[in-house]
Order: sequence, then C-alpha cells, then structure tokens
Amino acid sequence: MKQDNAVFDQVLKADPEQFLKEWLSEVGRSGNASAGAGATGLADARELLGALAAAVAADADLKNLQDAAWARTRSVLAALSQSRAAQGASAGDTSYFVMALKRPLFIGLDKHLGSDPKAAFDAAWTGTVLIDQLAQFTASTYQRMREDVIARQQQELLELSTPVVKLWDGVLAVPMIGTLDSSRTQLVMETLLTRIVETGSELAIIDITGVPTVDTLVAQHLLKTVTAIRLMGADAIISGIRPQIAQTIVHLGIDLQGITTKASLADALQLAMKKAGYTITRSKA
Amino acid sequence: MERIPILRMGRALLVTIQIDLQDQVALQLQDDLSAQIERTGAKGVLIDISALEIVDSFVGRMLASISGIARVLDATTVVVGMQPAVAITLVELGLSLEGVRTALNVERGMQLLTAGFDADDGIQRDD
Repeated sequence: MKQDNAVFDQVLKADPEQFLKEWLSEVGRSGNASAGAGATGLADARELLGALAAAVAADADLKNLQDAAWARTRSVLAALSQSRAAQGASAGDTSYFVMALKRPLFIGLDKHLGSDPKAAFDAAWTGTVLIDQLAQFTASTYQRMREDVIARQQQELLELSTPVVKLWDGVLAVPMIGTLDSSRTQLVMETLLTRIVETGSELAIIDITGVPTVDTLVAQHLLKTVTAIRLMGADAIISGIRPQIAQTIVHLGIDLQGITTKASLADALQLAMKKAGYTITRSKA
Repeated sequence: MERIPILRMGRALLVTIQIDLQDQVALQLQDDLSAQIERTGAKGVLIDISALEIVDSFVGRMLASISGIARVLDATTVVVGMQPAVAITLVELGLSLEGVRTALNVERGMQLLTAGFDADDGIQRDD
C-alpha cells in the first residue's frame, strides 16, 4: 500500500462513528437544514465513508478520481446527487455535504501525524485535492441530472402543446399555445400537414389565441405554415388575433395579404362551413 | 433516358410523376408538355406528385415554370398530392409557387379544373 493510502486508511478506520459525528456536525454548521437532511444525511455519509475507506484500502490513486478503484465511490456520489436533485436540494448544499468531509479528515490526520508537520502538511494537501475532486464530481453530476430534467420537460412541453383537432368533416384546427419558435413551428407544420393528408381536409384553422406575442419572426413562421398548407392543396385561416396583436402586426408592417384572418375561432368555423356549402339553421326560435 | 408519360383526359392533360425527377427528365417533360398543350388545345394540366418524395430547388422551379408556360398557352395547371415533407422543403427553399393552383388529390384537382372550364366559356360541347 502507498504511504498516503496507509495514513488515510488508518484515519478512516480509527473510529468511524466519531468520524461521522464530526462530519455531520460540520455539515450542520453551514446553517442550512437541507444540507444535512437528518437521518438520510447519516445514511448517505455512512455509505460514502464505507466506499471511500474501501477505495483507499484498495490502494486507489488519491489524486485521480478516474482510477478504476474509485468506481464504487463514484456511483455512491452519483446516487447521492441524484436523490438530492430529486428532493430539490441546491447544488451548493449538495457539494457542501461532501466538502464537510475535510473537517473530520483533518482532525484525524492531526491525531496521526501531529508530531511531523511536514508529513501532516503533505497528507492534508492530498486530502484537499481528493475531497475537492469528490465535491466537483458531485456538483457536475447534480448539474447533469437537472439538465436531464429540463430537457425532458422541454420535450414534453413540445409534444403537449400541439394537438390537431378535427372540427368538422374536412376542417382541422390547431390551437397554438405559448411562444412560437422554429422548433415548435416545425413540429406544428409536420403534424398538421400529415393530418391534412390523412383526413383529406381542405381547410385548416390555426388559432393563435394562446400565443402571447407576435413579432416578425413569429409572423414569418405563420406565413411559412400557411404557404406549406397551400402547396398541399388545402386552405388555411388564422384566427384568434387579439386587438393588441393586430396593432403590433400593423405597426411592424407585417404583410398578411393573401391570408384569411378572423378574430375568433367561431368566425373561422363559420367561414369554413360557408366555404363547404353548409348553412346553419336553428330549429328553435 | 426515362420519359414521363402525358395522358389526355377530356380537355385536360394528366401527368403522373412516379420517379425521382432528374434535371434532364424534368426539362424533357417541360418540352413534351408544352408541345402537347399546343397540339391538343388542352385547357388544363394536372400534375400528380403524390409519389414524389424528394425535391430540390430545380424541381420546385420547374413546377412553377410549367405552370407559367401552360398559362401562356391558355391552360390552367393544378399540382396535386404534394407530400408534407415536400411542402416543407419547398417553403424552406423559399419557393411558395405563387400562381400555381394546388389540390389534395387527383379527384379534387380534376373538380377544380372542370369547374374552371365551365366558368371559362359558355360554349358547351355535347359529348
């Protein structure tokens, strides 16, 4: 066993319970309750300490966390940051939990090497490097988990917000909700055009009541969609243009010539029925 | 070289594109079609592109110019059965094919053409 590893092995195995106690009291000192997290904190700390002691005893390279001997420690840390991320703990608290390891480690090193300042200093440096790596690993894993969550939510939002509904025989409607960006428009265009082919509908109504703002880019996306629908041999109506949006469109000088626009979905449906040759009568007065 | 057949249906010409259009074939089609319109006095051209899956700007431009040529020779062009992917590609290429009429399928395209014939002239043939 390497010399550093031998010292660390002694420190970690001398009195594990005392070590854990000092660790958690240091975590508690951060003043943030979620950092320690009570019983789970103790269980997490014990598991991490076990993995750490095993890796040190297996003669792992203390200055390189990518060493194969650290595999178990890495998976314990990954599980730790995953569960913390799911519980909503902040990245700072999560990495502080690991950083707090320094305190009991240095106390242990002091006990073992107190008489030899040079050796104690070297061991302390190695310990700092090791724990910084552990903390960094935790923080980056944590961040990756959060990014995964965000990416999944974005995808869900994208799928959630583009239903194509059949209003009448030969009339489709897409109620657009949220800001229109290129990827949204692309998805709407694809689903709408596919549905037009499937159903043989001659008219598509794009309702933009749920679109908060219309700028030149959004207008361009809308124009593209309408042009694509026209190329397929169907017609498009844009409905749900609110007064403010109508003003913005005119002020920006966006040219919506050649596109049928209606104030509400009801108006659009009425026009659609008229084009298809239907007349609506009310049987009761 | 492959040639795209042009069929005559009453007063309209029917062109069904079933293969990926090479530039040469497209040019040949343009020549053949203008000759046929002139020869038969057709009033309508129906181009069915439902089997066409890949387009480039050349093919897009070709559709627009066929329509232009036909109009000069007094025939209406209807492009039918465009696939969603093709429509999106053409829009992204900036080709909106202004002035080209479109329909969802051959049946509706034919309706569009015959409605145009009826409105066009009062002279009705008794056949």
